[in-house]
Amino acid sequence: MAEMLEVSGITKRFGGLVAVNNVSFSVREKEILSVIGPNGAGKSTLFKLISSFLRPTTGEVRLKGERISGLAPHIAARRGVVRTFQETTIFKNMSVRDNVIIAHHLRSKASLFGFFLGTGTAKADEAAFGQSADEILALLGLSSLAHETARNLPHGHLRALGIAIGLATNPSILLLDEPFAGMNHDETMRMVEMVRRLRERGLTILLVEHDMPAVMKISDRLVVLNFGQKIAEGTPSEIQANEKVIEAYLGSEDEAIGL
Amino acid sequence: MTPNRNTRISAVVAFLTIVFVAVPVAISASGRFDLYYTLTSVALLSIASTGVWLTFYIGRINIGQGAYALMGGYVSAILVMNHGWSFWLTLPAAGLFCAAASVLIGLPILRLRGVYFAMVTLVLTEVARLLALALPITNGAKGIVSIPLPGALSVFGITLIPDFATLQNSRLAFYLLAVTLMVVCFAIMYRLVNSRIGKLCQSLQQNEELASSIGVNIAYLRVIAYAVSSFFGGVSGAIFAAISQSIYPSSFTVTDSVNFMLNCFLGGLGYVFGPMLGTLVLYFGWDLLFQTGQFQLLIYSGLMIVLMLVLPNGLLSLAETTRKKG
Ligand SMILES: Nc1ncnc2c1ncn2[C@@H]1O[C@H](COP(=O)(O)OP(=O)(O)O)[C@@H](O)[C@H]1O
Ligand SMILES: [Mg+2]
Repeated sequence: MAEMLEVSGITKRFGGLVAVNNVSFSVREKEILSVIGPNGAGKSTLFKLISSFLRPTTGEVRLKGERISGLAPHIAARRGVVRTFQETTIFKNMSVRDNVIIAHHLRSKASLFGFFLGTGTAKADEAAFGQSADEILALLGLSSLAHETARNLPHGHLRALGIAIGLATNPSILLLDEPFAGMNHDETMRMVEMVRRLRERGLTILLVEHDMPAVMKISDRLVVLNFGQKIAEGTPSEIQANEKVIEAYLGSEDEAIGL
Repeated sequence: MTPNRNTRISAVVAFLTIVFVAVPVAISASGRFDLYYTLTSVALLSIASTGVWLTFYIGRINIGQGAYALMGGYVSAILVMNHGWSFWLTLPAAGLFCAAASVLIGLPILRLRGVYFAMVTLVLTEVARLLALALPITNGAKGIVSIPLPGALSVFGITLIPDFATLQNSRLAFYLLAVTLMVVCFAIMYRLVNSRIGKLCQSLQQNEELASSIGVNIAYLRVIAYAVSSFFGGVSGAIFAAISQSIYPSSFTVTDSVNFMLNCFLGGLGYVFGPMLGTLVLYFGWDLLFQTGQFQLLIYSGLMIVLMLVLPNGLLSLAETTRKKG
């Protein structure tokens, strides 16, 4: 399978702290790759580096050969790398549907001035975005809540909306930061199904998650971080048998890895 | 829910009739010609205020509109006095000058949020005043005086607007000019807010990080909104200079900047027409309280505090709640 994303020798220092230390790995097309590791291991920082929210101290990230790190978030998004947030991040005073419609921004063919004048292109854009938003909402089981103000949604649906927003940008690779956090078992299983369906639609998915049973179930491969360093990489069964990984999780979360 | 198309059209027609017909008729019937000056001021102040409203709409508290009103006044005055420009040309020139200046100023300061942005813009008004005092071209504390009234505006030999100096009633002329610009300005704002641009502005206000992650160039959009805002400030200042035929460093001060902001709060930050209503109520409210003498400021401030506590979403939110109940 073709390489989609290539992270090479990436390092991020915050003052004296090395949050991500010389990490390299690659993600294949249509793969679900999870990044796991104890709290503070540098997972969110790694995601921010990949999506250009942070500038790497050294190293770089390439998408289909083109450098996408050290730019700006909106440029990385334009090239097809979109991140959802660890915190539930939505436009809370807009309706659910408007949240998804606005996230189609990248697909607009009309200019800002075109939208102001209400040109034909702008109207066509609006119609297309509305239709696509409805499809995405249906896919994520949010159709019945389309006209609800986003801040009134229950937690599980907020996560789904976060993902809907990510999908609307039509990314080639979607970065999900702890999408199952705060969900009960049923909600998590529904979400796992959801993420699988996204992959079937051709999306490549990079995931940070603490829910080990879910991660082991969903991932093709895993990358394990500890204190900013990559300590292992492999399939779920390889990782579960890896000495270093067991050691990193020992004492604190040894059950969490699903042994 | 948005009112349907017919109600909207009748509201617009009613508003235009009041502003362009009923008010002038009522004023000439009552002989209260001083009201022209008052209403002209309200119209111009509401133009500057709606600029401030737009910066609120992208999530920035702007207490610096006085700086751009002052700048616009000086640009127009200097172009008319030193370079012999027609007032009508200086009007867009003043707006564009302010917009350009606001791009340069906005690029660094629009990264700031909350009180930090508010404080910097507050200082901006004071910097503008000090610059007007210090620069040779603005003529220091003496200001620029005896600015001629706007001349005729002709296009291809057809006189569209007569020379104000030849008019019997230049007050009416200024009133019509101010309300026309106000109508145009609010029409632009209405369109802006109800197009996708409005949604993009809201996305900035609600979550800049998320907005940039869905591909919105937030720095660009912020600067555009701020430039439009400052354009309105400059145009309003230019007309003020033409009406008073003078401009001084103290023509627009921090107090004016604060008032522009209060007009938006009072009318309602969620409503395009909020700044217009806010300006009207605040301007007349302040005048009405004049009779209370030394207590004017105390009562005024007290009322403002109470209003913000009782109606945090502004006066126009009253209309919305009654509509929902009714
Ligand atoms: N902006 C920042 N400034 C300073 N330190 C940071 C910043 N962001 C993260 N860190 C630190 O980097 C380390 C990794 O954090 P993070 O990537 O959030 O970990 P994880 O997501 O794996 O829990 C932590 O020690 C954290 O405190
Ligand atoms: Mg994290």
